[in-house]
Amino acid sequence: MKILVGIKRVIDYNVRVQINRDGTDVVKEGVKMSINPFDEIAVEQALRIRDAGMADEVVVVSIGPGAAQQQLRTALAMGADRATLIETENEVQPLAAARALMKLVESEGPGMVLLGKQAIDDDANQVGQMLAALWDRPQATFISGLEVTEGKAKAVREVDAGLETVEVSLPAVFTVDLRLNEPRFVKMPDIMKAKRKPLETMTFESLGIDMPPQLENLGYAPPPPRAGGTKVESVTALIAALKDKGVL
Amino acid sequence: MAKVLLLAEHDGKTLNTATARALRCAAELGDVALALFGGNTEAVADEAASLNGVGRVLRIDRPENGEPVAAVIAPQLAELAAGYDVLLAPSSTYGKDVLPRAAALLGVPQISDIMEIVDSRTFRRPIYAGNVITTVRVPESCKVVGTVRIASFAAVDRSHAPAPVESIALQASLPSHTTWIGLEASGGDRPDLQSATRVVAGGRGLGSKESFDMIFQLADKLGAAVGASRAAVDAGYVPNDMQVGQTGKIIAPDLYIAVGISGAIQHMTGIKDAGVIVAINRDGEAPIFEAADIGLVGDLFQILPELDRALEG
Repeated sequence: MKILVGIKRVIDYNVRVQINRDGTDVVKEGVKMSINPFDEIAVEQALRIRDAGMADEVVVVSIGPGAAQQQLRTALAMGADRATLIETENEVQPLAAARALMKLVESEGPGMVLLGKQAIDDDANQVGQMLAALWDRPQATFISGLEVTEGKAKAVREVDAGLETVEVSLPAVFTVDLRLNEPRFVKMPDIMKAKRKPLETMTFESLGIDMPPQLENLGYAPPPPRAGGTKVESVTALIAALKDKGVL
Repeated sequence: MAKVLLLAEHDGKTLNTATARALRCAAELGDVALALFGGNTEAVADEAASLNGVGRVLRIDRPENGEPVAAVIAPQLAELAAGYDVLLAPSSTYGKDVLPRAAALLGVPQISDIMEIVDSRTFRRPIYAGNVITTVRVPESCKVVGTVRIASFAAVDRSHAPAPVESIALQASLPSHTTWIGLEASGGDRPDLQSATRVVAGGRGLGSKESFDMIFQLADKLGAAVGASRAAVDAGYVPNDMQVGQTGKIIAPDLYIAVGISGAIQHMTGIKDAGVIVAINRDGEAPIFEAADIGLVGDLFQILPELDRALEG
């Protein structure tokens, strides 16, 4: 079985994001970029499934600018077998990303597709569900547990009410939550080895992707500040203040 | 008036409060039909019909709809949406699971986490963990499809005149590749963290799993749900599902008491729509005080017992 893992190049989660002067974008120049943390967990899970003997190949794919090769190389250094970049300088929204991934699903025929539940830049949380729809296959979203057996997988999903368990027939799409695993650290020799692993580049045109309509982006702004209140000096004053606000 | 279809969330017995909140947003956009998928939605339909702003309640009852499986619900929702200008769902894990699947079947983009309506096609939504707000417009050629950030909208009231309820039969063929096995509910007898009106949350300042019991005690005294910061979860004081913040639960209780929580940006994203935020922390410079309505600087190990006693009185 082959596992396809989608990864996105995003601003590193430790960076405090700044909006540019005219409010048309966030500042990306000179900012550290990384694999979306949820996607890194997806890569780790795919490697564990392969290393447990349930899969024989892990293919990582990214959609984005040429520089996303760096993130693909990192995934290869983690242990993925080969990589594909669908290169574009344009903004790719979730439905377009899902259609692009669908093209790869058609040519690669994976038994599982693993993705992060959302990217920490646009926080859309859509691509996995959309790919599953286009593929007409099961989806298990926001998973924190996964058990793969012959032709099937049992997944534990983190839902608002608690933990939900579903069983799906493969092939299927899985989107992973933060607590599924802790991704490994990449070692220097692996980085060297990753340079020799195959990395193929494609384009939306070469794949013949039918571009869907996209949302028009009208600009970015900081969130409205929440005005801080007052400090009180004692528990008695705290209780009085709570009663005053009508919440006690 | 635009025709709006809203996906309701329920457990077969009662509607989730997320539905009443999403309805506030839906009703601003037009005439709302509320779609109830379930095995038998009779009881929930009565409750749904009384919500202020519901024009019609649509019951789509069939055995396969008894469990919340996105691959089963989405094709039916997409079929039903054909007669509507707008398709919305609450941005709960249920809505987030189902709606993108329906949007892909409809071939249109989805707006995630609508926090504000600008006009009938233009919306604001948070990105970068709530550190940036973006404004997006849906192209004229597309149906408006979006999830509603429930913390941004207050629940609607119950009106006195119930809306008409109809049973709907759909054609969509349903897959059998997914088996729903079960749900292990969290929280026990305490209120559900997502929908509680009062929440007490603890952070790393508690220092241990044992000390975290003080949070449970205070919560029980207030009839509150219990939450935690990411740091407290990572330190193993409490399980994952109690985490409040961008990567955990985003909540909007009337009262939020943060104890020993410094207020990392990702935590604040999860509570910024709370009514009154109270911060109790030893460090008077902690960022949580910038957002708190009421702050109390001091040692939580002295303050909590004192608060306990004061609430007894």
